[in-house]
Amino acid sequence: MERKLQEKYVQLENVDMTFVTKKGTFDALKGINLNIKEGEFISIIGHSGCGKSTVLNLISGLLTPTAGNLFCAGREIAKPGPERAVVFQNHSLLPWLTCYENVYLAVDRVFGESESKSQLEARTKAALELVGLSHATEKRPNEISGGMKQRVGIARALAMEPKVLLLDEPFGALDALTRAGLQDELMKIMAKSGCTAVMVTHDVDEAVLLSDKIVMMTNGPAATIGEVLTVDLERPRKRLELAEDAHYNHLRSEVLKFLYERHAKKAA
Amino acid sequence: MTALTIKNIATLKGGIAHAPGDTPTSSPESMDSSMDNHVSEKVTLVAANTDNMAQISTVASTKKPNVALQMLRQFFAWVIPPIMGILLMLAVWSLISYQSQGLPGPIATFKAATILFSDPFYINNPNDVGIGWNILNSLQRVATGFGMAALVGIPLGFIIGRYEFMSRMTAPIISLLKPVSPLAWLPIGLLVFKAANPAAIWVIFISAIWPMIINTAVGVSKVPQDYMNVAKVLNLSEWKIVTKILFPYVLPYMMTGVRLSIGVAWLVIVAAEMLTGGVGIGFWVWDEWNNLNVEHIIIAIVIVGVVGLLLEQGLTLLAKRFSYE
Repeated sequence: MERKLQEKYVQLENVDMTFVTKKGTFDALKGINLNIKEGEFISIIGHSGCGKSTVLNLISGLLTPTAGNLFCAGREIAKPGPERAVVFQNHSLLPWLTCYENVYLAVDRVFGESESKSQLEARTKAALELVGLSHATEKRPNEISGGMKQRVGIARALAMEPKVLLLDEPFGALDALTRAGLQDELMKIMAKSGCTAVMVTHDVDEAVLLSDKIVMMTNGPAATIGEVLTVDLERPRKRLELAEDAHYNHLRSEVLKFLYERHAKKAA
Repeated sequence: MTALTIKNIATLKGGIAHAPGDTPTSSPESMDSSMDNHVSEKVTLVAANTDNMAQISTVASTKKPNVALQMLRQFFAWVIPPIMGILLMLAVWSLISYQSQGLPGPIATFKAATILFSDPFYINNPNDVGIGWNILNSLQRVATGFGMAALVGIPLGFIIGRYEFMSRMTAPIISLLKPVSPLAWLPIGLLVFKAANPAAIWVIFISAIWPMIINTAVGVSKVPQDYMNVAKVLNLSEWKIVTKILFPYVLPYMMTGVRLSIGVAWLVIVAAEMLTGGVGIGFWVWDEWNNLNVEHIIIAIVIVGVVGLLLEQGLTLLAKRFSYE
C-alpha cells in the first residue's frame, strides 16, 4: 500500500470567522491559510482567546466559516463527520454508557453497515487495548480518573479510523504527571497509526514534544497565523533526552519568544 | 499549662476509648459520645488535678454499653418527632370534635374504618359498592387519563425541547392553558364526550399533561452541547441521538414531570368525580356527605392522602432505579 502522501491533505484557504453575538459581530479569525501534509502532527498554539479552538471546530465542521474554504482529502468540509474525529477537552463521554459502549457507539456508526457484530466488538476491544484500558471496559465514566476518561476519548476517536484526528487541548484538564504519561502514549499511538493530527494546546513543551509543525497564532480579535515553526527533531522522541537537547531547547525558546515577546498578551 | 495537659489527656482518652471493638464512625452519635466524654473527663480531671492514668482504663471498659445506648437514643430521636406530630394532630382533632356537634372524634372514626375495611369489595347494587371498588375505580380513571397524558406529553416535550421553532410556537399556548383550573375543562369534556366517565378522564388528561410536557422539554433543551457535538462528529442518526443521548439525559427531568403529574391527577380526580358521579372515591365522599356520614368523609381524606403518598413514593423509587447517576 505504498502511495505518495498528499502534500495538501487538510487545506484552509483565506478562512475568516465572524461570530454574531448579542453585542454585535466579533471577528475571531481573519485570513487563515494553512496546508497540512498527510500524516503530519500539527499543533496550534496561542494565548487563550486567540481562536485556536475555533480553527479546530472549523476543521471538524462544527462551525462553518464566514468566508474562505476548507478541504480535507480533496473534499470540501461542509459538516462534521467521523473521518475527522475529535478528542474533546472535557472528554465528552456519555455518562450513562460504559467505556466499552462509548467506544462501540462510534465504531457502530462508522463500520456498522459493512461489518459483522463480532468484528465491531473486536474493533472496540482493540481500541481500548491500544490506550491501555482493557481492564476498565465495563466501568462508567464517573468511576474512572480524568486521565482514563481522556484515554477513552482518544480510543473512541481512533476507533473510527479517522483521516484526521483533531485534539482540542486533550490534556489541559489533567495533572502534570498524568499529562506527561498520556503525551508519551499518544506519541506511540500516532507513530503506529500514522494518522494526520491537529492539536490545540497552550502548553509549549507539549507542542514541541509532539508536533512536526507548530502553528503559532497572533492575538485576537481577527487572529491569524503568525508563524509556523517546523520541529525537525527525530522520532521516536524521548522526553528525558530532549530535556537536555540543545535543538529542542532552541525550538522551545522560539515558541516562547513568539508568545511572550512578539505577541505578548497583556494580563487581563 | 495545666489546661493544656488536661486537654491532651482528655483527647488521648477519647482516642483509646474508641479503639477497641466499637467502630470509629464519624456519625453524630459517636461524636456526641466523645464530646460528652470530653466534658465529663475534664470536670473530673480539674477536680482531681493529678495524673489519672488509671481512669483511662475505666473509661475504656465502660464505653461499650454506652454505644448501644447512644444508638437506641438516636433511634428514638428519629421516630419520636413524627409520632409526636401524629399524636398532636389526633389531640387537636379530638379537642375540636369534643367541642363541635357533627365532627366525629378519632375513636369513632377508627371504629367506622374497621367496619368499612372489614368488607371492602362487596357489591350490593351499582350505586352501593365497597370502598375497595371505589378506590380502584378512581385509580383506573387516573391511570387512563395519566397514561394518555404521558403518551402525548412526553413525545411532545421531546419535540418542543429539540426544535427551537416548535418551542416558540407552543410557548404561548402552553403558558395560556397551564394555569387554567382542571375543572374548568369538565364542561368541554361533557360536551364532547356526552358521558361523565370520559369527561372525568379528560380532566385528568388535561391537568396531568403540562408538567410532563414542560419538564421533558426543559430536560431536552438542557442537554450539554458537548454531547450534541459528539453526536454531530459521529454523524449519529436522529433515532440514535434520541435513544443514546437525549433519552438517558432527559430521563430524570421526565420522571420529575411524571411525579408531578401523577400528584396533580390524583388531586383532581376527587373533585372531578364529585361532579361527574359514578363509582369512585370522589363521588363516595359526596355521597357520604349527603348521608351525613362524616366518619366516612374523614376516612376518605386519609385514604386519598395515603394513596397519593404511595403513588409518589412508588414513582420516586422507579425514577431512582432508572437514573444513570
